[in-house]
Amino acid sequence: MSEETRLGIEPLQAEALGEIAAAADLPALDRVRVHYLGKAGLLTAQLKQLGRLPAEERPSAGQAINQAKVQVQEAIDARKGVLEQVALGLRLAGERIDVSLPGRGQQPGGLHPVTRALRRIERLFANAGFEVAEGPEVEDDYHNFEALNIPAHHPARAMHDTFYFDQHRLLRTHTSPVQIRVMENQGPPLKIIAPGRVYRCDSDLTHTPMFHQVEGLLVDEAVSFADLKGVLYDFLTNFFERDLELRFRPSYFPFTEPSAEVDIQCVMCNGAGCRVCKQSGWLEVLGCGMVYPEVFRHVGIDPERYLGYAFGMGVERLAMLRYGINDIRLYFENDLRFLRQFA
Amino acid sequence: MRFSEAWLREWVNPPVDTATLADQLSMAGLEVDALIPAAPAFTGVGIGLVQTVEPHPDAAKLRVCRVDLGQGEPLQIICGAPNVAAGQRVPVATLGAVLPGDLKIKRAKLRGIESHGMICSAAELGLAETSDGILPLPDDAPIGADFRAWLTLDDTCIELDLTPDRGDCLSLAGVAREVGVINRCPVCVPPIPAVPASRDDRFPAELLAPEACPRYTCRVIRAIDPSAETPLWLRERLRRSGLRAISPVVDVTNYVLLELGQPLHGFDLAKLAGGIQVRLAHPGERLALLNGDTIELNAGTLVIADTAKAVALAGIMGGAETAVGAETRDILFESAFFAPAHISGKARAHGLHTDASHRFERGVDPQLQVSALERATALLIAIAGGEPGPIVEAVAAAQVPARSQLALRRERIRRLLGLSLDDATLVDILTRLGMTLVPTADGWEVTAPSSRFDLVHEVDLIAEIGRIHGYTRIPASHASASSATKAPPETAFDLDRARLALVDRGYHEVISYSFVNPELQRRLDPEQTPLLLANPLSPEMSAMRTSLWPGLVQAARGNLARQQERLRLFESGLRFQQDPEGLRQEGMLAGLLLGKSLPEQWGAAARAADFFDLKADLEALLTLTGAAGDFRFVPSEHPALHPGQTARIERQGRAVGLMGMLHPALAAELDIDANAYLFELNLSGLREGTLPAFAPISRFPAIRRDLAILVDRDLPFQRVRDCVAAAASDLLRDLILFDVYEGERIPQGTKSFALGLILQATSQTLTDQEVDATIGRVLERLSVELGAKLRD
Repeated sequence: MSEETRLGIEPLQAEALGEIAAAADLPALDRVRVHYLGKAGLLTAQLKQLGRLPAEERPSAGQAINQAKVQVQEAIDARKGVLEQVALGLRLAGERIDVSLPGRGQQPGGLHPVTRALRRIERLFANAGFEVAEGPEVEDDYHNFEALNIPAHHPARAMHDTFYFDQHRLLRTHTSPVQIRVMENQGPPLKIIAPGRVYRCDSDLTHTPMFHQVEGLLVDEAVSFADLKGVLYDFLTNFFERDLELRFRPSYFPFTEPSAEVDIQCVMCNGAGCRVCKQSGWLEVLGCGMVYPEVFRHVGIDPERYLGYAFGMGVERLAMLRYGINDIRLYFENDLRFLRQFA
Repeated sequence: MRFSEAWLREWVNPPVDTATLADQLSMAGLEVDALIPAAPAFTGVGIGLVQTVEPHPDAAKLRVCRVDLGQGEPLQIICGAPNVAAGQRVPVATLGAVLPGDLKIKRAKLRGIESHGMICSAAELGLAETSDGILPLPDDAPIGADFRAWLTLDDTCIELDLTPDRGDCLSLAGVAREVGVINRCPVCVPPIPAVPASRDDRFPAELLAPEACPRYTCRVIRAIDPSAETPLWLRERLRRSGLRAISPVVDVTNYVLLELGQPLHGFDLAKLAGGIQVRLAHPGERLALLNGDTIELNAGTLVIADTAKAVALAGIMGGAETAVGAETRDILFESAFFAPAHISGKARAHGLHTDASHRFERGVDPQLQVSALERATALLIAIAGGEPGPIVEAVAAAQVPARSQLALRRERIRRLLGLSLDDATLVDILTRLGMTLVPTADGWEVTAPSSRFDLVHEVDLIAEIGRIHGYTRIPASHASASSATKAPPETAFDLDRARLALVDRGYHEVISYSFVNPELQRRLDPEQTPLLLANPLSPEMSAMRTSLWPGLVQAARGNLARQQERLRLFESGLRFQQDPEGLRQEGMLAGLLLGKSLPEQWGAAARAADFFDLKADLEALLTLTGAAGDFRFVPSEHPALHPGQTARIERQGRAVGLMGMLHPALAAELDIDANAYLFELNLSGLREGTLPAFAPISRFPAIRRDLAILVDRDLPFQRVRDCVAAAASDLLRDLILFDVYEGERIPQGTKSFALGLILQATSQTLTDQEVDATIGRVLERLSVELGAKLRD
């Protein structure tokens, strides 16, 4: 290689490397690339001038130029990498957001607390193999009373403040008529729950004229009061998610015998006595018993062969205890400020 | 039923404290409603003898008394009561005493004269609501004794809330028997000796309705002292049972009612004519009752009559004309058995409820009448003297309820209770309950006591065994459920899932009353005639809802009034519609949408929600059936909805719901000042869904072609969609409507739809020619069927 050639390339390469290092951004760098390596670039021009060199000098001069081109290209690539990092850093810094800002779009609503409690009750009993049954809310006297062994003028009727439409039609006062309808339509064995609205002509601080009950009925050949205790113990301890003490108190329903009211240890004070349990430590939460033979006779089930248990619970009351609601009237005012608390 | 614990303990005295006793009663099915102290707390009250009473020199109404308290000098006490008199024994609050209401007794000077205590009235001791004067004590009250201890005021009133089957426990005797059974301890039934007649004075009695009244006993008592007063001990027992003392005759009947459970009645003999007839009332017959009401009797009502007229509503209330008064000297005591079936409902029908009707409805022991009458006679004579005649008893023996005889099988007890008890325990429980048992091959033949109307079936005896043995001691177990797994069909509409879908889309569930204001309902659903309650709580809650909209609108109004401006509400439940075939009770799902489409937020613009926001929510619900394609939204009208924004939702031609904008005029009437959108779906129309059916996924690319077409302004998009689908046949994967335009840039009376057609074949890549041919068919069909033009 001629001295002249070498002397021509080295400063050019040094000049290029200096400009590369000085390129402040990617467009500037690209301008440097074009200036030296582009079609009309200074280094490219050197290659084009090779032909003017003597033949023996051409290989070494060509090699020198190519080496210079490679080194310049490598320097450009390296500088590009650096500049890209800087640009990405700038972009990321510019795209920083306030992650504490609220999300965009619709906000979910919520289920009514009664539905929320009902779903839980239904699921617990579904796990135990109970199917859901439904019945009409405008009932006839026969299904609401007579078939349940509550004849006209029975003192138990006074305990049901009944809404009537006429002599025969009324609003069901309990979900027990669903028992009758299911037994009329299906033979044993039966294992059902019947959730739904019920109505009593009563409205004050602690009563609303409509509320919800869940009725349960199991009819089979081997069913005992001990089984009834078992199913209700399981249900209540699971519903409240704690190992509650239960108390089965003898009571009276015309359609069951033996009959019991079930008290749970107060979930507010753990039985110590408080305002909610009226200092007794106990809360009455449901009624139950063994299906009375007369009821089986009304629906054509042989009471000698089959036995059954039935139970009924007030959903509003269970939900009040579960969620700490202190006024039953809130349920049907549909105040969003109330409803939103159960979303 | 309320009674004094001390009185109960005279009959049966188990070694348990009050709290335990109450717990025992509750756990035996006699629920203790309350334990009430017999008297409020007070101290320092002794029994004193009033030695002298002098007028106060400076006060006309005050007296200066000297009262002997049994020790030391008699005390000088100033007393303002008009009834204080020398020789009386009285309760005296001495210096330092604390009376109810935290009244402390201190030395005082009244108009210059010192008083060293206070002579007390019943009210001041918390034994009465009001008092006219001081409480005079009987002559045997021990001077100097502590008044509280002497009257056993550290006693508890036990209030039972009895179930209607336990009429036998509406007496001290009945409760005592239960306590004896629970504690396995003896019950001392006080003997009731017969009171011999001192004159042969009979008032005849005749049973004219023996099925209603099979036993009627009565007794004449002449020459009682009308000025006699009921003794304090008896008045106290009545008070502790919640009854007021009235007169010896009334107080004695009430006392025997409490003690034995037999309602009694005393007539003024002078006002009765001829003899007693127990008969059904004559139609239109009238009777003036003790409570001041005059009632017209129904033909089926049982009355006590003399030979002239009805004198009492049998088993419920006496008549005013024959009532015992302040001057009455000769009385007729009645003690009868009335059959529960004939008394039930009668008191209620006349708006009455009495201690007597309460007991007769539930069943009074049909063997109790004579002994109760003897007991009452003895008590009355002890208080007010008098000469009794013999007991007259009219009885229709065949109609007197027999004691229940029931077969009890050992195996049945085990099967029903899930518990095995030895014979000795079983026999002990039933015997203590007053039953007689005769062994049989598989158990016993049991005869129930005459007081137990509730024992009519074998299971009633088993329940008694369970109750007395203790439900707590029955183990909890698990029934071997023989039922096979049954699940609803997979395609069944899941209401729970639909609720959650709405919740996720921002809706809150409400629950409103099924009875609504008929006026509001008439405006929202004028074409239905609602079923009306005969006895509503109020006119605003008197009509059964024919639609869920009144409840939703009411909830919306309530929330708007509470400054909630964005509402998304839904409810599910029955609606009640009447048609010629009868009442239909149909499960519905309904909702209301009002306010902005999104909650106010920084990152999305506010826009008023409209018809299509609600429609998207409905489409999401319908998709849950798996058969979204079955449903159509058809232009429709409804009186409560905007005539241009109402759609009937049809499933294969059958109406299953309705949606639309609440009519602006109606909204204004209801003070709803925003556009509200309503929907209602009939759940029966959603019930059957479709099971997903897999179709192979095409491996070939999909091609999109966009078309802008002009159609008549009134042409529903559904027609365009159906037409495109028919023309493109099975190549059409999807049809996107990405713009709808009406305005100046296109001819008046037209609108433009911008459609994106996604085409794809399952077996090959579509060529340009095939796509062009398909689009050509689509355009031609749109043109021919709907007059659509390709937009320039």
